Amino acid sequence: MTFEHILFSIEDGVALLSLNRPEQLNSFNTQMHLEVREALKQVRQSDQARVLLLTGEGRGFCAGQDLSDRNVAPGAAMPDLGESIERFYNPMVRTLRDLPLPVICAVNGVAAGAGANIPLACDLVLAARSASFIQAFCKIGLVPDSGGTWLLPRLVGMARAKALAMLGERLSAEQAERWGLIHRVVDDAELRDEALALARHLASQPTYGLALIKRSLNASFDNSFDQQLEMERDLQRLAGRSEDYREGVSAFMNKRTPEFKGR
Amino acid sequence: MPRYLHVQAPEHGVRLVTLQRPEALNALCTELLAELASELDSAERDEQTRAVVITGSRKAFAAGADIGEMAERDLVGILNDPRVGHWQRIAAFAKPLIAAVNGYALGGGCELVMCADIVIAGDDARFGQPEINLGIMPGAGGTQRLLRAVGKPLAMQMVLTGEAITARHALQAGLVSEITQPELTVERALQVARSIAAKAPLAVRLAKEALLKAGDTDLASGLRFERHAFTLLAGTADRDEGIRAFQEKRPAQFKGR
Repeated sequence: MTFEHILFSIEDGVALLSLNRPEQLNSFNTQMHLEVREALKQVRQSDQARVLLLTGEGRGFCAGQDLSDRNVAPGAAMPDLGESIERFYNPMVRTLRDLPLPVICAVNGVAAGAGANIPLACDLVLAARSASFIQAFCKIGLVPDSGGTWLLPRLVGMARAKALAMLGERLSAEQAERWGLIHRVVDDAELRDEALALARHLASQPTYGLALIKRSLNASFDNSFDQQLEMERDLQRLAGRSEDYREGVSAFMNKRTPEFKGR
Repeated sequence: MPRYLHVQAPEHGVRLVTLQRPEALNALCTELLAELASELDSAERDEQTRAVVITGSRKAFAAGADIGEMAERDLVGILNDPRVGHWQRIAAFAKPLIAAVNGYALGGGCELVMCADIVIAGDDARFGQPEINLGIMPGAGGTQRLLRAVGKPLAMQMVLTGEAITARHALQAGLVSEITQPELTVERALQVARSIAAKAPLAVRLAKEALLKAGDTDLASGLRFERHAFTLLAGTADRDEGIRAFQEKRPAQFKGR
């Protein structure tokens, strides 16, 4: 599959996926969905990729669904918006959350609609200072999707989640950082370099262990304390058998820099 | 040598049987079923084996029957299907059978899971009876054991829509006894099997039989069977050993006598 609407590469352990419909603020149409799906599949199957970096080309990150695909003509049958959620958005955010490697999102500009929630399904979110998050759904009679209604209250608390979702106002990157919605704000000119540096750093780390950390933290929202303790026991059992753990301990004892392989 | 099974010799009384037909997601072709039935027959005869763990791959426990094979059979062919006999032998295995399920357990795969006494599932396992999508229906216990396991509404929904359920849902519904991290499913199943293998074999055997009775008889008959089985154990050396070891606060040494 050759990609038209995304840029995709895997280099030095870092898979870079950039949404590339800059004229449409990288909004999703069916073709872009199919390409993102294929790229994520390649990331999952690759034994080279140890980190995924998701970002967008041009001045926006992602404006959600391309509404020109969704224009409801007067008198036309009611559309089933649930269908595209089930076919595309839900599998995509599930994949991002379940990928057994750290997923970094560099929000380079406006992130609206589904585009505001996709980053929240990633693990570490950096945003350009000029970027913003807009839960635009309420302005056209819709509900935040792509996990938004689940992720928002867990990240910023119910009061702020409701205000964001019902008012649909622009949330600046700086405010998003203060509220704990994202990890860090970076100057616009430095975003891509910083995100790449972070990705390269993580790609040299014990990524198998990082994937287990991701799995346990993601599960913590659903689990009781006791279930979570049991999960920690099981994941630690797995981590303790990894080559990286052995390497980490050996490097520490011998006062040398560890060389992790991600297994 | 079986072609579709990998069998590990019993360790601590436990035999591990792995379905190995990766090119077809462990679809249960007739030959595989026949091999499995013989394997369980041999495990039943073998005194060293006190419990069996059955598993598939990380991606699929077993994703159904072999559709191509099924398509070739007409009415008479299905009437004389050797698979029925293989399934009966599998279901009649008298020692504890523990299924370690990762990935898909669909159609015949789900029916095989239900032939097991204990089911440990990885948390991304999926259970379903998708036969209805092919214009057929479950034919190896999928309508009977499933209803007894999960109750009527969920069994109906699964069999009539063909939609699969998650491991968590299966745990809630009673199809699965425990869920764990997928990497640890087999390990956990082996632990459970070893724990059982260390008990008195005759007690284990009669307890399994009594529990299975509960599923297909009325309460009064079931209680009568239980009492007979309980009484039968009174004549065994392992009972004396078990009780004495408990009183003397030491581990019991069971002999299967």
